[in-house]
Amino acid sequence: MTALDDTRQLAYIAGQASDARVNVELETEGMTLNIGPQHPATHGTLRVIVKLDGERVVAAEPVMGYMHRGYEKLSEVRTYPQVTTLVNRIDWLGSFANEVPFILAAERLMEVEAPPRAQWIRTALFELSRIANVVLFLGDMGVQLGAVTPVFFAFRDREFVLNQIEAVTGGRFHPNFDRIGGLKDDLPKGWVDETKGVLGRIRTFCDEMEDLVTGNEIFQARTRGIGVIPADVGLSYGLSGANIRASGVDWDLRRDGGVGLVHDQLDWKVWTHPDGDSFARYWVRLQEVREACDMVEQALDGIPSGPVMAKVPRIIKVPAGEAYVETENPLGVMGYYVVSKGDLVPYRVKIRSASFNNISITPWLLEGTYVPDVISILASLYFILGDIDR
Amino acid sequence: MSETLILAVELAWWQQTGIRAVVGLLAVLLPAGTLVYLFLFKMMSFMQSRLGPMEAGPYGSLQLLAEVGKFLQKEDILPRKADRVVFKAAPFVVLISTFLLVLVIPAGPDAWFIDVDTGIFLALAVSSISVIGILMAGWASSSKYSLMGGLRAAGQLVAYELPLVLAVMGVVIQAGTLNVQDIVMAQAEGEIFGWGGIGNPFILTQFLGFAIFLIAVQAELTQPPFDMPVAESEIVTGYLTEYTGLRFLLFFIGEFATAGIFSALAATLFLGGWYVPGLDPTSDLFNVIGPAILLGKVVLVAFLIFWFRFTYPRFREDQLQQLAWKVLIPLSLANIVLTGVLKVVF
Amino acid sequence: MIPLSSADAEATGVADEALVEVQADEQRDALVAALADALGDALVESHVEPGVDVWVRVVAESWVDAGRALRDRCGMAYFDFLSAIDWMPSPYGRDMDAQVDLPVDDGAADVATPAGGYETGLAGGQTRFQLLARLHDPVGHVGITVKADLAGDAPVVGSWTPVYPGADWHEREAWEMFGITFRDHPNQVHLYLPSHFEGNPLRKDYPLLARRVKPWPGIVDVELMPGQEEDDAGDDGSEGDES
Repeated sequence: MTALDDTRQLAYIAGQASDARVNVELETEGMTLNIGPQHPATHGTLRVIVKLDGERVVAAEPVMGYMHRGYEKLSEVRTYPQVTTLVNRIDWLGSFANEVPFILAAERLMEVEAPPRAQWIRTALFELSRIANVVLFLGDMGVQLGAVTPVFFAFRDREFVLNQIEAVTGGRFHPNFDRIGGLKDDLPKGWVDETKGVLGRIRTFCDEMEDLVTGNEIFQARTRGIGVIPADVGLSYGLSGANIRASGVDWDLRRDGGVGLVHDQLDWKVWTHPDGDSFARYWVRLQEVREACDMVEQALDGIPSGPVMAKVPRIIKVPAGEAYVETENPLGVMGYYVVSKGDLVPYRVKIRSASFNNISITPWLLEGTYVPDVISILASLYFILGDIDR
Repeated sequence: MSETLILAVELAWWQQTGIRAVVGLLAVLLPAGTLVYLFLFKMMSFMQSRLGPMEAGPYGSLQLLAEVGKFLQKEDILPRKADRVVFKAAPFVVLISTFLLVLVIPAGPDAWFIDVDTGIFLALAVSSISVIGILMAGWASSSKYSLMGGLRAAGQLVAYELPLVLAVMGVVIQAGTLNVQDIVMAQAEGEIFGWGGIGNPFILTQFLGFAIFLIAVQAELTQPPFDMPVAESEIVTGYLTEYTGLRFLLFFIGEFATAGIFSALAATLFLGGWYVPGLDPTSDLFNVIGPAILLGKVVLVAFLIFWFRFTYPRFREDQLQQLAWKVLIPLSLANIVLTGVLKVVF
Repeated sequence: MIPLSSADAEATGVADEALVEVQADEQRDALVAALADALGDALVESHVEPGVDVWVRVVAESWVDAGRALRDRCGMAYFDFLSAIDWMPSPYGRDMDAQVDLPVDDGAADVATPAGGYETGLAGGQTRFQLLARLHDPVGHVGITVKADLAGDAPVVGSWTPVYPGADWHEREAWEMFGITFRDHPNQVHLYLPSHFEGNPLRKDYPLLARRVKPWPGIVDVELMPGQEEDDAGDDGSEGDES
């Protein structure tokens, strides 16, 4: 594979040196291939226009907006609880996690703090949604590379997690459970024990994945050294989550941020990987799922008793001000910049979604790679269309 | 059937040809259907912890029939810019290769279609015809995905022809003949260091050849881990993208029929074909149970092929080529040398 | 004040909290000071919320210099987002306590600057459009929000792509949503919207068609909450304001 390493190295250097940018009107020889918007590989309607020279990519340009729903405009005409309904649907796999930063921003503006019980349950549900989201990724990475079997295990084990989320919130994919000042409801009876059983299944699944996929020679040949993102480039593009941790940056908002979840009272560690290739991104997420299982277990053990909702007025008028809260969502860093003018509705909500920044690196990253690698790199960056298109 | 088959009724020439044709069709379609049901529907499902088709017939056994019916009633769509003649001919070219291949495989001491002295040579030669069919499909579809699939197929299938042929060479050297029936007889009547209990199935001495043969067969069938030409998550279905309905069914059946035939070839060359140890190889009993035994061995070999198919991710094109040229061909050449040396020594 | 959920959350007592706030203050104050040092007069206003966040406002002409200074001298290696805020009160929207949507104003697009300037948010500002960017320091774990006043209705400002390549797509989105042109942007074409889309949707004078067709029904509880009685329903806010 030495020749391949050399060419990749050269491509990287050339790209960096000339700061190459892709313009769709580039005049180059070769074939233009349209990957998507209907394609088995892209997670939804993402379209990538690649200019090929044989099987090598000369230029790549993602075209998005097929799923643009205009959330920022819509949230200007909805009250804060109604915005929660909208915001659920941004990253539809990590359902509960979308609501959390928005609610926390609103709570900061109202200077209200959720009671401890609500904070602990929020943390448990937050990590459960991370498990549901990333377990799908672990199976899906295999499918993009051609291993059709692991994804079935992933879906099967994910069902149990979704059942648990549904038992609490009433919705598998769109819980709409977080409220300003706390949560909508308390936990049902017996939920804590059931969830611990489910965590056992997820841990078994992670071990299976490690056996089946991570150690597989073909998988390693397809992912090691592919799509290397150096740390400084990743930071300047705004990559976040496991993508940037796989490039060696030790940064996790659950530990280094300062928001209203109780991660600092749990015993866990941040996983990083020095390589920055597709394998590193896969491996970091695998470890994070295991870590999330431990976190949920600790969170469930430590839930204090008390109310789940603070005293907030029936009709919520958030005082004037601006707040930006970002949390470590399953896909990366998700943040909401909420501008309020003291009204029932927010004045402006800027949604900072993780996948938008994660995918903005693809024109730079995909230059010089092969077509199969385009698919595996996109798979390893792990985006959700709703997150890109909002 | 050979002329020595004794029937109570003397059949006219056209009746004999008719029977031959029917039996030939069965010989291709029966293994195909068995493999589709057993492995694609059931084994893959069980490996993925689900049940697979259960509705059509008991335990879903008639699902293939239902799928055939579904494909038959679909609309016949041709892409506007497709090359019509080539597009329509491509599936038939692939199927011709399969039907020709089945002719050389014997199912009993007297139950064979043709008995030529260069049987293996004929088999390997006609198996390359399917490559043309795939290239025709990829080119004529006038779609970029199909073209890419066709190009990948061209490189891959040509590259893996060589290990296939060279692996078979080891068997030929050991048996001393190109005649397939004689190869089976050599295994049936051979002895392992003087003990003739189970004959001499060539897998014992040609295990390297068997492994290379299986890998090359996997690549010739464009199955994962060598399914770059049909990489579903990248180029939709590669050269098959524009084929729908009956034409797709022809490709589909062709793929599984070829898998069955290649498994039969592997079983014949390495596992002893229609022979089971303990019985006299020239007895008439084998004409009756020979096909069943062969089918059993086909299922065994196909199990290995499909097991790999459902487990491994796919190789990238350049990794695939490196495997063929840098690993398999030198190994198979070494195998031939070793076989030759050992044949002379022993 | 919401306590920080850092290691200091486990510490008890107000004194420690105050200590933490002072500590964070120093970090953020030092940040503002370094930036003021680099930009001089270009840094117009700043606002530090102790222990929480920091906002600065710079002059639009030094937008790119500010980005460079933040990246090189203040350690802000991480690019979070770049967008804009339109401070014009919406001619279509529901005013704070209005019971009905305001009538459609055909001359809405030429709403003149109200006397005394627009009512803007933290770190001030007088113009209708304000650029809003957010950067983060992954080592020092502090973030900063940068704003800039943009003059006129079709403002032009320098692009941040030489400084942060990730700003590429964010600037495209700001261009198509607000109509802010970025000088030296390599590829200023539509990102989300179709190629020949007319108008800038996130501007306040761009109507949300769904609300034009059907006005906002207000906060109406159509079903009573469990345990609630008929006469409580009247307290829940406006009712029956559908036109």
